[in-house]
Amino acid sequence: MDSALIPRGVKRCPTWQFILGIVIVGAVLLWGVFAMLLCWIKGLNQTNMNTAYGFAIWIWADLAVIAVGGGAFFTGFLRYIVGKDELKNIINFAVLIGFICYSSALLILAIDIGQPLRGWFIFWHANVHSMLTEVAFCLSCYFGVLCIEYLPLILENRQIDKVPFFHNLSHNMHEIMAVFAATGAFLSFFHQGSLGGVAGVLFGRPFGFREGVLIWPWTFFLFTWSAAACGPCFTILITKITEAIARKKLVKDNVIELLAKISGWMLLTYSVAKIADTWYWATVTAPSKGFTLMDFYSNNPLYGIWILILEVGICGVLPALILITDKGRKTSFALWAAVILAVIGVCLNRWVMVLQILAVPVMPFISWHMYFPSWQEIATTILPVAYGIILIMISYRYLPIFPQEAELNPIEPPTYAEEDKQEQEEPVETQEASNAPEPEMQPAEA
Amino acid sequence: MKQEKAKKYGMVIDLDKCTGCGSCMVACMAENNVPFREDESDKLLSIAWMRVYKLTNGKPFPDTDICYLPRPCMHCEGHHGHSPCVSVCPATATDYSEETGIVSQIYTRCFGCRYCMAACPYHVRLFNWWDPVWPDGMEKSLSPNVSVRMRGVVEKCSFCFHRYQLTMDKAHMEGRRELEEDEYQTACTQACPAGAITFGDLNNPKHTVYRMVKPDHKQGGKPKNPKAFRLLERLGTNPKVYYLTSREWVRSMDDNYLKNESK
Repeated sequence: MDSALIPRGVKRCPTWQFILGIVIVGAVLLWGVFAMLLCWIKGLNQTNMNTAYGFAIWIWADLAVIAVGGGAFFTGFLRYIVGKDELKNIINFAVLIGFICYSSALLILAIDIGQPLRGWFIFWHANVHSMLTEVAFCLSCYFGVLCIEYLPLILENRQIDKVPFFHNLSHNMHEIMAVFAATGAFLSFFHQGSLGGVAGVLFGRPFGFREGVLIWPWTFFLFTWSAAACGPCFTILITKITEAIARKKLVKDNVIELLAKISGWMLLTYSVAKIADTWYWATVTAPSKGFTLMDFYSNNPLYGIWILILEVGICGVLPALILITDKGRKTSFALWAAVILAVIGVCLNRWVMVLQILAVPVMPFISWHMYFPSWQEIATTILPVAYGIILIMISYRYLPIFPQEAELNPIEPPTYAEEDKQEQEEPVETQEASNAPEPEMQPAEA
Repeated sequence: MKQEKAKKYGMVIDLDKCTGCGSCMVACMAENNVPFREDESDKLLSIAWMRVYKLTNGKPFPDTDICYLPRPCMHCEGHHGHSPCVSVCPATATDYSEETGIVSQIYTRCFGCRYCMAACPYHVRLFNWWDPVWPDGMEKSLSPNVSVRMRGVVEKCSFCFHRYQLTMDKAHMEGRRELEEDEYQTACTQACPAGAITFGDLNNPKHTVYRMVKPDHKQGGKPKNPKAFRLLERLGTNPKVYYLTSREWVRSMDDNYLKNESK
């Protein structure tokens, strides 16, 4: 039915299977949309947030998707600025994932604020002292950059590419893509950092507060660093999941291994920095406010010291050690485990830097605050996941996301007569490679 | 008409006098059109600009002692006006007035991001989870001097700033630049039957609040009176609400201390 839209030289599942998948994930999406509408129409009383938890699961989700979406800017940085040419074979997917993550982040923010129609006040009445202002500006600008980076991919759809204007536009956009990659890396450095600064500047909250350089607390740099380390891990993870679902290899091992290696070294250096930061905070910063390390981790049902060990050790140092070793990267199970742990680690870091900050009692006569999200909060947090899956499904089916797919999964080319006959008679789910001058699967920036 | 000298309005609450009657809370709610709901049992969802905490010394009878601690907004000065909440608000919906020392909240500019709530260690910032619903006829008794807040914005104690505006207007009409001490008083101060709350200008040595705590402005306003303290002094929030008590165990709950530290 939709074979004319499918890139040449690759095979896709039957249309009914694709639509069934869309319908199932779409049902989850609609559940999230329903919850979102409830929050917009009835207000944030639909959540389990309260005076103690002004920030909750949404802000965590926001920070987490932005962190794991960091694969887009860092892969782009490596590809265009550092010159790691092999990464051209995964940059399209990294951009797609980044696009999904950042659009999700903006959507979550739109649900999270109490007066969504006043959202533009953050730009109009901007407070230059606020880290959130910096986040808003850089995040919006970077989302614009991601749109520009994603657009040429859409234009490479087989049918759209037939239109000369779109073909030329796509070609010319690829020519200047390095400029946008550099801009994206610059903007990402600041908004990832500012998200870290959001917690780090809270001098009224000793769990989150950090000293730093000039106006930037240490968390500013740690957040950027961890996003650059774990973002590519998320890109690898989603690539692997896509390969598992598609039951075929989409990216060559050397590409994955290169990204994994860089990610591993970033994660290792980040872990060292994080441990140093934690040590200084626990022995100098927190005691100066009257707190010991264990004051932050004891006498409560959830936030035991295990959470720190899990975040920094098991989900930080361990995956880093796996990823920096050749054997670790080449062993499928170890690679899977490492990228999953790294992603959990960065998400956990964002969790404690949002939720635990609020859970820790600061006034000596109050107790720990615990929180569990309402179903509306859960549904609206799952909403971006469903949206992301659908966008990946559509993009994978109709756009040349993986330049190496055709090469890795060769299919027998039919004769022109057979192809013509197929197109005339009934819809086919398989598109074969041909010698026609339409573009083959190419890297977006080629 | 410019004032001669910047004011620094603050409050002194004598905890030895406070009986925990809650008059200050009621007066505050009535004065400032603070919304309430039919079910106010969940205090983490209800709005009270002035909240009274109950402190106990944790000792068994007959040594048990309790203390009620009223907690309005601390109107922190922070460092040079960078109070915890003011510096983080992305839309400049809250501001520190160098003229009065009062931290304001602009309800019509707040878009409800709640970053200020996360920043405030005193939990004085409250979010309107619901639109206010007044019992039939009660809307006629609302104060015309304070705007009611809609769902989705943050609000907090303003030190009854509208009273300051009204008295300043009056003073200007009379050709005066300065206010008398008793001209501008908050609703909670006037309502306290025990006289536990005192309000005034901490920059003015003639005002009672100044004489009660003797703020050392060279030390960020730290009280020279040994019986006076501010909550969470060590965080550097530089609050303008002082507490007085002769009870050592109450003073020990003013801040967090390491085991090897003495207050």
